[in-house]
Amino acid sequence: MTANTLNTRVRVFPARSTRDTCHSFVAQQSTILEGVNTAARIIHRAILIALLSGSCSAYALQKPADSDCLACHSDSTLTKDENGKQVSLFIDQDKFRHSVHAGALNCVDCHADFKGYPHPDHPARVQCETCHTEQAAGLKGSVHADGAEHPCTSCHGDAHSIFPKADARSQVYPLNIPRTCGTCHGNDAMAKKHGLPNVYPAYMDSIHGFALSKEGLLVAANCMSCHGSHHILSHKDPQSPTYKSNIPKTCGSCHAQIDVDYMAGVHGKAIAAGNLKAPVCTDCHTAHAILQPTEAAFRMQSTPICGSCHKEQLSTYRDTFHSQLGALGGYVQTARCWDCHGAHEVLPASDPRSPVAQGNLVKTCGACHAGANLSFVQYQPHANAHNRKLNPALYFVRMFMNLLLASVLTFFVIHTILWLIRSRYDQIKRRAANGGTHA
Amino acid sequence: MPEALEPRGLVSEKGETEGRYFMRFTRAQRYLHVALFTSFLGLAGTGLPLRFSESIWARHFASAVGGFGAILFFHKFCALVLTFAFLTHVKDLVTRAFFHHEKGIFWGSTSMVANWKDVKDLFGHMRWFLGLGAKPKFGRYAYWEKFDYWAVFWGMIVIGFSGYAMWFAPFFARFLPGWALNAVLVVHSEEGLLAILFIFSIHFVNTHLRPDSFPMDMVIFTGVESEEEFKTKRADEYKSLAAQGKLEARLGEAPATWLVNFSKGVGFTAILIGLVLLVLTLTAYFG
Repeated sequence: MTANTLNTRVRVFPARSTRDTCHSFVAQQSTILEGVNTAARIIHRAILIALLSGSCSAYALQKPADSDCLACHSDSTLTKDENGKQVSLFIDQDKFRHSVHAGALNCVDCHADFKGYPHPDHPARVQCETCHTEQAAGLKGSVHADGAEHPCTSCHGDAHSIFPKADARSQVYPLNIPRTCGTCHGNDAMAKKHGLPNVYPAYMDSIHGFALSKEGLLVAANCMSCHGSHHILSHKDPQSPTYKSNIPKTCGSCHAQIDVDYMAGVHGKAIAAGNLKAPVCTDCHTAHAILQPTEAAFRMQSTPICGSCHKEQLSTYRDTFHSQLGALGGYVQTARCWDCHGAHEVLPASDPRSPVAQGNLVKTCGACHAGANLSFVQYQPHANAHNRKLNPALYFVRMFMNLLLASVLTFFVIHTILWLIRSRYDQIKRRAANGGTHA
Repeated sequence: MPEALEPRGLVSEKGETEGRYFMRFTRAQRYLHVALFTSFLGLAGTGLPLRFSESIWARHFASAVGGFGAILFFHKFCALVLTFAFLTHVKDLVTRAFFHHEKGIFWGSTSMVANWKDVKDLFGHMRWFLGLGAKPKFGRYAYWEKFDYWAVFWGMIVIGFSGYAMWFAPFFARFLPGWALNAVLVVHSEEGLLAILFIFSIHFVNTHLRPDSFPMDMVIFTGVESEEEFKTKRADEYKSLAAQGKLEARLGEAPATWLVNFSKGVGFTAILIGLVLLVLTLTAYFG
């Protein structure tokens, strides 16, 4: 039984419901007698209730004790009809006894509207914020602020068996969080309704999801690690840890050294300066589907990401062997942007620390090309054969080759077509003459 | 001389010359051609996906054969075969010219080197195309055949050098300037493209698909051609051989049926592959 069901209106109780039997013993006596076992149990309860009723006036002044509630709610068959559905009203004392609230809270501390017996048919919504003020305040401004859609129990589970978050049985235990969030965020219908991507499968297949679900690593990033818990904000909100400029810090809370490197690079500096066009972690690594950077799929998908801003460089890169090799798949070792420029601490070539600085090229190129020397590194991985000023030699070589191609083909295409026409003409004309088919 | 030839031809049509075949290519030359076109088809088939690596068919082909690693391996393998064929030919030339002192290799009517007659033939041929003159009488190698030969010769040097420069870039960088490393890819891919377009359109039509030879000139496979074909295609050579009385020395045997059929199978397959590659190239180039 959850807070949700507690809050739901209780409709007409059918005559044979246990609860009804319990509460209106006399009126339903004939029904009760239908079963011996049931009758015996009901008689037992009737006696109990008669005793309670005897001291009704005195009792009403006191808070009902847990034992009073459990007189009925310890019955595992106790149900009520809700929209034609039988809903259990059973409270599992074993579970509750181990829950975070056991010992500290009595039933009526939460069900504060239950002053005595009989209690209202429609119990009031339990106000967790009475105690959990901080969490409630956080939730208020968050994307989950709508309490009707997102009651506390939607994440924390059955209200009567909430465990501390460090307890493996808790729904918000780190290893259980993706499943808990995935109840909604792994649901296509829900994703469609709210215009959100269904990120659960992507996360579960990611390096984080794998570390969490397969290796059981408590330190693996779960949903909460990046999005927070109660005060979850849209990534469009500048206060959100998933807002673009906050992402390096969010990822950096685990990947500390990468954050330091990134912030020292041109992209980190641009983000710090408020340039939101600069890429952050998620632009290359994606947010949920995070791939191993050494994986073929990642190596294949990342160059166009850099190229979405660095268009000219992508275009000249595509003219080179590095790109042509890679584009055909199965051979992804050829240089990608970050193999030469660095991934996190991207520095301009003018910076002597940059791997593409003149002084470092032999080492950078040498990482793949054994035997790279000073002459070898004069190769320009972004040469533009169309740019006469930047690459004059290449420009003229290309021009010569194009002229050669065009002139040879133009001449011979004309030559061949004329020849074809003339030969065929001759062949038809002199078919019977000396020479046969060979006109 | 033509007068002397005429009656002989008439007699021979009914008599002994009927069904005569003449040698044109040696066995080694025919094998060289096979090595040349098989390795060239392999190089074209594996080079084109690289040249047009962005096109869909290139990616499908690459994934079908096991990705780029497989393509590069095959490309290099074919390159070695072609290099070997090229070197064999060069060695043959050197041996014939300098050790056997064979005459007419570098100059004359049987040489591959262009001469004044070729220039006259070129213009004469084009005049004939337009109906402005008689058809030239070609020698052993016509001007377009010489062009084919030198285009391939030049192409192998250029493509081969640029290819090896990429294959062993750090080594070539010892004596090539930096920009040359960029240029070799441009040269390799443009010259390769020219070779592919030229062979699969111009050479195919000029040599095999034109009405005189349609659908295929078998002489490069069988080594022999019929007297009639010899006489019409290379009238000048036929005449001069007849005049010198050397015609009989060139007599060959009619090709075996199996050889003709087998050659047709191989030849048509090669032409088909070439035409498919030509279509793919053109769609990628203009697509």
